[in-house]
Formats: sequence, C-alpha cells, structure tokens
Amino acid sequence: MRTLFLFVFALSLLVIQTAQASTPKDILVMAFNIDEIISLDPAGIFEFASAEYAANAYDRLINYNVDNVSAIYPGIAESWEISDDGLTYTFKIRNGVSFASGNKLSADDVVFSLRRVVLLDKSPAFILTQFGFTPENVKKTITKVDDYTVKIIVDQAYAPSFFLYCLTSTAGSVVDKKEVMAHEKDGDLGHGWLKTGYAGSGPYTLRTWKASEIIILDANKNYWGDAPQLKRVIIRHIVGSASQRMLLEKGDVDMARNLTADDLKSLESNKDIKIQKRAKGRIYYLGLNQKNKYLKIPEVRQALKYLIDYKGMEQSILRGKATLHQAFLPEGFLGALEETPFSLDIEKAKALLKKAGFENGFTVNMDTRSAEPVTSMALSIQSTFAKAGIKVEIIPGDGKQTLTKYRARRHDIYIGDWGPDYMDPHTNADTFARNPDNSNDAKFKPLAWRNAWDIPEMTRKTDAAVLERDTAKRAQMYLDLQREHQRVSPFVVMFQDIEVVAERANVKNFILGPSFDSNFYQYTTK
Amino acid sequence: MSELLTRTTLVRTLKQTVRILVMLATTFLGLLLITFLIGRVVPIDPVLAVVGDKASPQVYENARIAMGLDLPLWKQFLIYIGNVVTGDFGTSVLTANPVIDDILRVFPATFELAVTATVIGIVLGIPLGIFSAVKQGSFWDHVMRVIGLFGHSLPIFWLGLMGLMFFYVRLDLLPGPGRVDIFYEGIVTPVTGFLMIDSILAGEWEIFRNAVYHLILPASLLGYYSMAYLLRMTRSFMIEQLRQEYILTARVKGVKEWNVIWGHALGNCAIPLITVIALSFGTLLEGSVLTETVFAWPGLGLYLTNSLLNADMNAVLGSTIVVGAIFLGVNLFSDFLYKVVDPRAR
Repeated sequence: MRTLFLFVFALSLLVIQTAQASTPKDILVMAFNIDEIISLDPAGIFEFASAEYAANAYDRLINYNVDNVSAIYPGIAESWEISDDGLTYTFKIRNGVSFASGNKLSADDVVFSLRRVVLLDKSPAFILTQFGFTPENVKKTITKVDDYTVKIIVDQAYAPSFFLYCLTSTAGSVVDKKEVMAHEKDGDLGHGWLKTGYAGSGPYTLRTWKASEIIILDANKNYWGDAPQLKRVIIRHIVGSASQRMLLEKGDVDMARNLTADDLKSLESNKDIKIQKRAKGRIYYLGLNQKNKYLKIPEVRQALKYLIDYKGMEQSILRGKATLHQAFLPEGFLGALEETPFSLDIEKAKALLKKAGFENGFTVNMDTRSAEPVTSMALSIQSTFAKAGIKVEIIPGDGKQTLTKYRARRHDIYIGDWGPDYMDPHTNADTFARNPDNSNDAKFKPLAWRNAWDIPEMTRKTDAAVLERDTAKRAQMYLDLQREHQRVSPFVVMFQDIEVVAERANVKNFILGPSFDSNFYQYTTK
Repeated sequence: MSELLTRTTLVRTLKQTVRILVMLATTFLGLLLITFLIGRVVPIDPVLAVVGDKASPQVYENARIAMGLDLPLWKQFLIYIGNVVTGDFGTSVLTANPVIDDILRVFPATFELAVTATVIGIVLGIPLGIFSAVKQGSFWDHVMRVIGLFGHSLPIFWLGLMGLMFFYVRLDLLPGPGRVDIFYEGIVTPVTGFLMIDSILAGEWEIFRNAVYHLILPASLLGYYSMAYLLRMTRSFMIEQLRQEYILTARVKGVKEWNVIWGHALGNCAIPLITVIALSFGTLLEGSVLTETVFAWPGLGLYLTNSLLNADMNAVLGSTIVVGAIFLGVNLFSDFLYKVVDPRAR
C-alpha cells in the first residue's frame, strides 16, 4: 500500500507543471466540425469541409479571384481558347509542375482527372456531365492533343463562364495519374484508395486523416507556386461550440470554425481573439411541398412569406451569422437579386389566407433538423405562423432522417439550407427553378422536384439563360427569373449564411473566400 | 480442488459447459437480431449516408444494390450473421475502413481510460466502503453515503464539463480535451495503440508526459463513478457480513478487530465484489459514451457517438455487437471466477 502511494505521488510530481498554452509558431491548429467528411477523393468530394481540404491539397485547372468572383485566372491551365461555335475548349497546361509524389504533371493527368470524375459518377459528377460528357463518350470529348494541350468538346454552345466556373470547382482538381493507378483495385480507378489517400500537387499535402477525428496537412516541398508559410496545419474535429471556444480562449487552438452567435458575442471583448467574417453562398429556405392540399394554393404560399420575422431572426438567433436574403442566387453571384420584398405582415397574410378560404388557418408539419440555428429558426417560424392561425407541428430529426423524408417528397414543410456547387448562377437556378419531369420516378430530382413544383415554362427560361453568351443579357435573365420565382415559388428564401472564423490575434492571412471551397491556408502565418 | 474427478463430475462439468455455450450462443444471436432490426427500422437511409445528398437516382440505386438492400429481409439477416461470425462488420461509411479495423484502432484509447478508472475505483472504493460499513450510522458513514449517492445521480457529462471549467479553464492545472495537446497529434506512430506505451517506444518523453496529463481528468471522473459504485456495493456487502454470527464468534474469541474486518468479513465479500468489479469494468469499457464526447477522447464511445450522428449503420451495429460481446464475456468471466473462488458454487 505504501509503495503504491509513493508511486502515485512520484507520478503526480512528474506531471504537475503548468500546462503550456500556446501552439508552436510554425503549426496552425484549428478546431473544426469535420464529421461530414466521407471521402477525400476529389472525384467524390461533396461536403463543405472536404471541399476546403481539396482546395488546399489539390490544384485546379482554373481559379477565381476570391475578392472579385467574376475575374478568373489560370491554375494548372495556363491559358484557354474557345472555338467560334462555342463547342470546343482548348487548354494549355502549365509546364514545370510536379505532384507531391515527384511525378511531373502533364496533359495526361488532366485528361485522366476529368474523365475519372465522369467515369466514377459520384455525387459531384453532374458538375461535368451536364455538359454532355458520358462514360461512353469521354474518350472522344476529353482528349490530349500533346503533352501540354487538352481539348474538350461540350454538347451545346453554353455561356463560356458556365463551363469555366465548373472547372474552378473540386471536380476540376488534377490528380496524379501514376500514383492513383498504382493503387487501382478491380477497375475502381483508384477510388477506394484515394478516399483516404492523397495524390495531388497543392500547397499542402495530406499527412494523416482519421475520420471524425483529425486531419494533418504538411507543406508541400514540391509546390510550384508561392511556398506555403506554415510547415503544418492540424484540423481537429471538435463538435461543440462551447468546447471550441474554450480551446481557443486557452490558446490550445489558433482557430475555431463553428462558434454559435452566443459564443461569438462573448468573445467580442477578448483582445486576444479576432473575428473574420464572409458572406457565403449557402442560403436558408423553407420548401413547401406542393402535394400538400393547403400549401399548393398560391395565396397560401404568398401568405407564408409574410408570416416570417426575418428581421427579428437576423438580429437574435442569427446575430452576425447570416444576413437577410430573399432570392435563390446568393449575393456575389452574377445576376444575384438583392431585393427583399417580404417582411412580417400579419394583416396582409390574414387577408391572403381569407382569400384562399382558410380564415381559421390549418395544421401543417415541419421537418426540422436538430441542429442550430435551424431549431431556433423553426421555433420562431412556428410562433409567427400561429399568429395567423397556422399551427405548425415541428418534427425533429437528425440531418439524415429529415433529408431522407425530404428526398422522398413525404414532408409538408422542410426547413433547410442549400450551398451552391460552383460559382456560376446556373448552379442554383438548376435546382430551385428547373424541374424537367415532375413524375415520381423522374431522372433528375432537383429541389423544385422535391417540392413537387411543376414548372415547364420556368424550366425553359432557366435552360435559355445558360446558353446566353452575352454576360450582361444573361445577368438580366437571372434577375427576371428570380423576381418571378420570389413571387410564385413554393420556396421561402430567408437568409444567406455568413461564415465566421474566430482566430487568435497572431494569426494572419487566413483567406476566407466567398465559397466553402475557397478558404485557403497557403499564405497564413502566425 | 482435492476432490477426485469421477466420471459423474466430468459428465456434469461437460453438461454445464455445453449449457453455458448454448446460452451464450442464443444470447448472442438475440443481440444480433435486435441490432439488425434496429438498423432496419430507424428512419435513416443508409444509402444516403454513402452517396451524399445530391447524388443522381442512378448512383443511389447502384449503391443500394451494392449494399444488398434490395434483397428480402431474412436473406439480409442471414448474410449479416455469416459476416459477423467471420469478424466482418462491413465497411464504415465515415472512415471507409472495415469497421473491425476501426474498432481495433479506437479500442486502446477506451481501454487505457477504463483500466485507469477501475484502478482508481478499486483503490479508493473498497477501503472507503469498508470504512463506511464499520462506522455504520456515524457522521463519516453519512459523508461516504453522500459521495456514493452523487456518483449514482450526478450526470457524468455535467461533472466532466465542470471539471474542465475548473481545472483547465480557471486553474490552468490540467490540459483540455483530447488524448494529447493537438499539436502533438500524428507525431507518434501507433504500434500498440496505447499512447503511453507508444510514446515511450518512440522515445517521445514530452508526449508521454502530455498524455499522462491528459488522462488525469477523464480517468479521475470515471474513476469517481466507479469508486462510488464499488463504495456502495462494498458497504452493503460488508454490513451484511458484519451481522453474521461467525464475526461475533471471532470477536468473542479475541481476534483483532483489524483481522476480523480485513480477513474474515472481506474474505467473504470477495466473491460478490469480484463480480461487481468485473461488471463495472465492462460498463467502463463500453466507452462511457458521454465522457469520451465531453473530453473528445477518441475511443469506442466517441466512435459510437460519431457513427450514430452520421447514420453510419455498419459502425453503429459493429460497435454495439462488440460492446454486447464484451458484456457477455465479462459476465462469463466473473461466473468462472466465482466457481474458482467459491467451492460452494462448483
């Protein structure tokens, strides 16, 4: 017994020293909720956090300026030409780029990477296949001219910016053909391996990845551009805002990425912490299922848009984390509509409901994901709807549950969010204002389909906008489209997301771009 | 032990063994059936978890068929049993690794925590329980009972958060969540999976110190709950024993009080105590889900939580089965000990 006591005492002496509360100078440590990451293969990446990883670990053919989205600049593609008929794009590939593996990058890798996205047909594949590429035709449509020239043939004369912006997305990442094919199994093009592996040429390389636990990135010694400033970036999965804040205040992490409005507010007075903000493309909206006998009536849809306390929510629940926005194109996109015609107006809503014959209101369900800020928003909406006699039953569930129901069109009202997939306006027009086939077994199931909104006329307008090659005219088409959409659609667009990053005062140049895949660590210093 | 192994006892032992094995197999099958059914009735679409939110219907359908979800339920269950028996719990959606590999990877973290907590629980809980029983009804007994009661009723996550607030945030005495400070992550290559051992093997003393340091708070917290439980149990076993006639006899014979308590009485409590310790260890092993979540401790409990939150059904069911199997094993083990220690049970 006595020896045990002595042992414990000695052990305590060994460890009782004050904790070191700062991170090393050349390592960036981040607390970030990364449990959504299910794949690290650029051909399969489709979540916010993994897209950010790809942006820092892989190079893309083309990039856009984060402070001026309409300016695109060369990435792995040094220059490009578009044929007069608008169908053929020829890209000159940058010479002198090496992958982290040491392999030289050439047209072969580019052709392989783009074809691979189409052949694997994972979630992001549509970003390329919407240009008519199929597994059968990629051998003809995406081809190598010589070691540093690639030719791509699309199926219609689209607005050039539409195609180029799609190449600025994760789907336009270039992977190391030799490295990937060395790990191929049963003709999977190396997907099984790359889901947790790395074969890129970006400023940072993957050192460690443990799902829902940690990502460790090391500076790429072979990087062809400006050398990354820090030797390592560690992203630690921390779920709760309270825990993230605690680690940040103690200096155990340099950055916290998922703080709630309350936690941010309490950091305002802390001199050691600074806050970076940036409006992101994600928008919060309600989807009203047109299969519901009440919600399919135009006056009811209109009334609901006047029964939401936009201002109140913006100032309380969302304080600094979202901004009022009522059109399907987020601010920062070509042709984004900034008008906000709706505000809380109970009398007006009541009059509209009376016109529809529901003076006494009705009862409706709302599927709500159990996560903030969505839960609080749902409660606010429930209370304002009640003022016009509409009784909302909130059905809580986790994200996967509510989404399962939504995709099967079994909801009444769905409260959710939507992030654009690439920086061209078509990305959201395609899902909010286009529904080529409203039948239950349709091939395409955009958000308009999920809410059973049959819109042949608006679908035609959306299709026309993407073929308009005059940018000013095209912007006008989207403005008109959104105005009409605002008026008649079963979507109640409410807010645009603002991403907030809280960081230690000594962290500099963490680049927070307009999209979730344009946050960059390359120039970050401490 | 000295009894001769006659034919009859041999037959009896065999019969008993068979009975135990049959019972184990049926319990395990029941566990499998229940986990399987839970996996099928939860309103979560496992395919969606694999293909993500925006996949085309074709991709979705292919994934559904690849996962065997188009087969009739009974067929799916048979396939499932066949897989589990061969240690194949399928692939985790989240990590893209075989679930069994994941479990093996995270288990040492939980084991590290559970062993430390159990040691704390035994070293403190049993003596305090005895003390409490001997001083039954005194002021100190009431103090012990309150300690025991708190460990029974205070929510562990709350106490964990308070512990962090106090020792980490306010006093700066102990480090925050995680197994090591974050910037130490990924330096030591896992050999055994036990960070303390691995860091010693790698000669990374700084990291070893840091890891010990990180273990103190969560292990003490779990140790407290284990201690409270053992204290309550020891107290009631001891009180039971101290009332027995043989204790009175021993005292009348003039045996020293110390020997009466630590020898006679405790000796007779040993058997039920072993069972209780084994069971509490099993409980700790299941990952003490909440503790691991509060302390971002990457063990089985946190793995289970993450899998649940992400509808990673293979991982959820795999972990559940492993936890269930551990419980069965612990139970069997304590039964066996019982038989070894207590001749009456043979």
